[in-house]
Amino acid sequence: MFDTLTQRLTRAVNSLRGRGRITEENVSEILREVRVALLEADVALPVIKGFVDSVKAQALGTEVAASLTPGQAFIGILHKELVALMGGARAGFSLRAEPPLIVLLAGLQGSGKTTTAAKLARWLIERQARKRVLLASTDVRRPAAMLQLERLAGQVGAEYFPADSGTAPADIARAAAQQARRGVFDVLIVDTAGRLHVDEAMMQEVREIDSAAEPVERLFVVDAMAGQDAVNAARAFSGALDLTGIILTKADGDARGGAALSVRAITGQPIVFLGVGEKPEALEPFDPERMASRILGMGDVVALVEQVQREVDTDEAERLARKVATGKGFDLTDLRGQLEQLQRMGGLGALLDKLPATAAQQAVSPDQGDLQVRRQIAIINSMTPRERRQPGIIDGSRRRRIARGSGVQVQDVNRLLKQYLEMQRVMKSMKGGRLRRMMGALKGKMPPD
Amino acid sequence: MFGRKREDTAKEPEARASFFRRLGSRLNRGSAWLGLDLATLLGGRRVDSEILAELEARLLTADVGVEATEHILADLGTRVARQELADAGALSGALRTAVTEILEPCAQPLVIDPERRPFVILVVGVNGSGKTTTIGKIAQRLAQEGASVMLAAGDTFRAAAIEQLGVWAERTGSALIAQQAGADPGAVVFDAVQAARSRGIEVLLADTAGRLHSQSHLMEELKKVKRVIRRVDPTAPHEVLLVLDANQGQNALAQALQFHEAIGVTGLALTKLDGTAKGGIVVAIARKLRLPIRFVGVGEQAEDFGEFDAGAFAAALVEGAGAAGLAS
Ligand SMILES: Nc1nc2c(ncn2[C@@H]2O[C@H](COP(=O)(O)OP(=O)(O)OP(=O)(O)O)[C@@H](O)[C@H]2O)c(=O)[nH]1
Ligand SMILES: Nc1nc2c(ncn2[C@@H]2O[C@H](COP(=O)(O)OP(=O)(O)O)[C@@H](O)[C@H]2O)c(=O)[nH]1
Ligand SMILES: [Mg+2]
Ligand SMILES: [Mg+2]
Repeated sequence: MFDTLTQRLTRAVNSLRGRGRITEENVSEILREVRVALLEADVALPVIKGFVDSVKAQALGTEVAASLTPGQAFIGILHKELVALMGGARAGFSLRAEPPLIVLLAGLQGSGKTTTAAKLARWLIERQARKRVLLASTDVRRPAAMLQLERLAGQVGAEYFPADSGTAPADIARAAAQQARRGVFDVLIVDTAGRLHVDEAMMQEVREIDSAAEPVERLFVVDAMAGQDAVNAARAFSGALDLTGIILTKADGDARGGAALSVRAITGQPIVFLGVGEKPEALEPFDPERMASRILGMGDVVALVEQVQREVDTDEAERLARKVATGKGFDLTDLRGQLEQLQRMGGLGALLDKLPATAAQQAVSPDQGDLQVRRQIAIINSMTPRERRQPGIIDGSRRRRIARGSGVQVQDVNRLLKQYLEMQRVMKSMKGGRLRRMMGALKGKMPPD
Repeated sequence: MFGRKREDTAKEPEARASFFRRLGSRLNRGSAWLGLDLATLLGGRRVDSEILAELEARLLTADVGVEATEHILADLGTRVARQELADAGALSGALRTAVTEILEPCAQPLVIDPERRPFVILVVGVNGSGKTTTIGKIAQRLAQEGASVMLAAGDTFRAAAIEQLGVWAERTGSALIAQQAGADPGAVVFDAVQAARSRGIEVLLADTAGRLHSQSHLMEELKKVKRVIRRVDPTAPHEVLLVLDANQGQNALAQALQFHEAIGVTGLALTKLDGTAKGGIVVAIARKLRLPIRFVGVGEQAEDFGEFDAGAFAAALVEGAGAAGLAS
């Protein structure tokens, strides 16, 4: 995982140095690396073929020697191509349709349709002031599927269309649409049972639901962890439903999400939203730039910043910023706070995945790192409050006691203290500088520059 | 189907045969690969690098992954170069054998030790992979074999997850231990192990909420569930079953690695093999972790379920179901 695309490409391109340009002859090595990277990101093989061809056309003739970091330069080309492929005319949702706006969600089993129905409802209610949203479930198959949607409707302040699991799915959809049109609803979202694209009876069923509800939006819900077969599913759903968009779920994990590219390419429809968690508020508009970075393993710096913003306690951050600004008073309790925050944000691994490859490769491996973080917290926990405030007093015998108390070696305690001193030194040297501006920007209180 | 120690397996062959017929007709029912089985594709062609490239594409589109694919093909390539694999049939057979050889050591059925009562199975995995359904399927098999079964509603997070499991308990005649939504999963499972013990239940299946392996706080929660089980019975859980969705790609490898590291996985179940997805990532997982693969899921109903069979899986993966000889 850490032999990142940037590293691979840098190696491949470096081998061309001195030969000047990327040519038909020497490009193949590079393109192989691209292919491997895309395969590892789960982009479907047939989609990769087309993509690689277009990148090749772009790359031919490029001056590699001219660029200081040719690997990066090449990634730039890739990135641009991916963005072009995934970007669409539209980043939103056809909100201008005459009310009621009817939305149909479909996809494979467990892809996240029901959760997404609730997320969309919440988004429409809170962000778009579409106050009256009706949620209807046509999933008469999976145990407790209707109850799941009913509960979620309650959570997000939408209305639930009660239906009996003995009723035909299309009839439920028709009745719900009638109620939405008759009533005072701005939006109707129709959830469907998960189905496999090869299940003919079930694909027929979803077509019937579609003609009964006559939705304006027909969205295909696909899991960011999906593999190569996502293209086959997307093709079949697209054939059955005349899709208008895609929602990529479970993007809060560490999957590269190459399925986004595959599904986009096969259906020709834009990815509208990203599901980034299990809770109803975990929905984000799709951003092709960020998705391209993620697929290429370049990390997602924007997401990182947003996550930090979400997780970091603002008061705490302010207190810290002051300490950092003066270069005084940053003690081991503060360091522990930082380490705990790191854990809350999903550990080092989750954060490293969001960093650009070059930055990540300089850091420790995430597993080791997380272990270290846990260890360091344990060490600090074994200190007395006074030791945390005045690390200077921690002499040899104290170090041994702390090591015993936290189940580590004395060297580990030494290393932690050394790191702390180093941090303090860096902070003093940055006094009032970059770090402070950065933290200010995170809090949204100070302009970034 | 459960190897239950001490019990006779004499009645097995009959049941097994009929089961695999069923499996054969459902495994990857989206016809054979691209409508062609390997023999048709290769028919009459000389074995050359182009054919190797086609085989490579097959493995890759089955989600086997770059590394495992390269490993398998390097070996085949050498044999082609040595002209050991003269014709298409030999090549296809060799590929199937290579995949089978990787999987075979992992094809270990779950053995329920009657000495452990209750035998505790903790079921884990990412969101939507099929944990609850798999529990229902296992419960059904056990009930058919006359075992007493209890289900623990350890997913207290997802809306109506408790009720979903409740339906399976009803369908399979299993006991159900549940608390209210939002309850501490550790407490639910703790209660269940105690209740199962006092009622003399043979098998306890504990459901858990889906979680992504990268969410460290949720992985910590899982560790806690395991610790809590241990407090009642230091030998439990007797099986930690990781449920993987065949539709997943390379991320499933990270899932296996990290769930294993966090709580020690002892078996895998591969679901949704009734579609066109091949679940090839288990080949990569088998190479890296050698975890036993217990079950496959081939549909949403209780009976759409079977033991993992390395040969049948390799055949479906390499050649498509039509050519796998499963349906005969
Ligand atoms: N981490 C994460 N989990 C999600 C996301 N979206 C849905 N889930 C979870 O994925 C699982 C399946 O979600 P559902 O909404 O029930 O999926 P579905 O497509 O309706 O499933 P079926 O109706 O059973 O086919 C649940 O555990 C959800 O909580 C997401 O964006 N991130
Ligand atoms: N086609 C098919 N669907 C399955 C299989 N196993 C589970 N499912 C479906 O996948 C979805 C998620 O399953 P569930 O058991 O709720 O997953 P959990 O979130 O991991 O507990 C449900 O719609 C199930 O009916 C299978 O083997 N094949
Ligand atoms: Mg659903
Ligand atoms: Mg479940």
